[in-house]
Amino acid sequence: MLKYTEDHEWLKQDGDEIIVGITAHASEQLGDVVFIELPEVGREVEAGEEIVVIESVKAASDIVAPVAGVVTAINEALPDAPGAVNDDPLGAWFFRIKPTSVDLSEFMDEAAYNELIG
Amino acid sequence: MADLRRTKLYDLHLALGAKMVPFAGWEMPVQYPMGVMGEHLHTRAKAGLFDVSHMGQVILRGPDVALALETLVPADIAGLGQSRQRYGVFTNVTGGILDDLMIANKGDHLFLVVNAACVDQDIAHLRKLEALGVSVEPVEGRALLALQGPEAESVLKALVPGVEAMKFMDVAEFDWNGATLWVSRSGYTGEDGYEISIPGERAEDFARALLDHDAVSPIGLGARDSLRLEAGMPLYGHDMDAGVTPAVAALGWSIPKARRLGGTREGGFPGADTVLAELASGPAMTRRGLRPEGRAPIREGVEVFDAAEGGRRIGIVCSGGFGPTVGGPVAMAILPVDLAEGATVYAELRGKRLPVTLTALPFHKPSYKR
Repeated sequence: MLKYTEDHEWLKQDGDEIIVGITAHASEQLGDVVFIELPEVGREVEAGEEIVVIESVKAASDIVAPVAGVVTAINEALPDAPGAVNDDPLGAWFFRIKPTSVDLSEFMDEAAYNELIG
Repeated sequence: MADLRRTKLYDLHLALGAKMVPFAGWEMPVQYPMGVMGEHLHTRAKAGLFDVSHMGQVILRGPDVALALETLVPADIAGLGQSRQRYGVFTNVTGGILDDLMIANKGDHLFLVVNAACVDQDIAHLRKLEALGVSVEPVEGRALLALQGPEAESVLKALVPGVEAMKFMDVAEFDWNGATLWVSRSGYTGEDGYEISIPGERAEDFARALLDHDAVSPIGLGARDSLRLEAGMPLYGHDMDAGVTPAVAALGWSIPKARRLGGTREGGFPGADTVLAELASGPAMTRRGLRPEGRAPIREGVEVFDAAEGGRRIGIVCSGGFGPTVGGPVAMAILPVDLAEGATVYAELRGKRLPVTLTALPFHKPSYKR
């Protein structure tokens, strides 16, 4: 079951790690994505820290770490094919993070997220 | 979006699924469901329809109207043939650019198209010509459409026979089902195409007739910006303004010999001393192209340095983004003229200096019908 953040990220729990991407709604708002810069594996991050740069034809924006923890993997293929974020936002994951605490209950479920984006 | 003006095509934009944004006091489509990238590529491959009704249309009349306008615009207007159009700029007393514009000679009058953000200022400026016997008539109630791309001619001639005979920068009037069209073979995308002024009440019917053609898609301001950027065309308020002279803006080509030092109609426009001296000696800085070596777009406001570390700040990006046809980021900045083409300079992005290559403009060669 996916969870969602107010920053329009989707979170998928996989064992003691969380896989992070952005929602279809976010990718539509961004427009065609042309550039992605991912964090380094092993980086310790705070919740809310900007760790991904994502640029569309229109503008640059950031993706934040949804929780505090350590980045354990990044989607190496993504910077070479940034359009995947538009084509398949749920497939185009950005990074895996091993959080300090794996409790995702504070995040929205799909129904709550759909209410947020109206 | 209170207090924003709407063009005659507003309802059509909504029906086409446009995302509307405020732009220069107007509510304009920034993109349609196809998206900026798709719209850009479509325009280069087929034909794109743009609503540019927010731009100012102005008619000037008077016995010596061309010479009168030359007192504000350093272009060859007296020598502009009938049914021909030309690009020019309004200068201020310090030689900076107040706006850029298109000027068409329509026989008994001149027809101007100016930037939306500058309309009021331009009209007030033009009213100085009233002392020279010129009447200044802002055109109200007419929409302005641009049809741009390699299929523009075949699409438009099916509705308006005769436009195929026009060459780049020709202007002519045509009838379309009782509506008089003011057509020019020009645009601001680097593609062949037309701009069409039409009575406002007929604009939606005409736009729909164009959109009925398979080759035509509606194109928003987002792709208009990336198209003109790839074509190396400056945008007022970004690549030039009241503090930038024609030579620095790389628009010296719009000022012909006749208006330069020693010419038959030398000077006689605001800031002429500054503008002409600079053209004669060559400016220290001018607008140039940049190709970032990586994939990261370098946008307006990014600082450019002459070294990967330390060094000197040599300019600021005035326009930049992703060029869909180029397939990578492109930018323009006002930089020293003595840097060779192909030289590497460094753009500071998010605290990092990224190598960018000085590149000749345009990034995409125009394909006009001359």
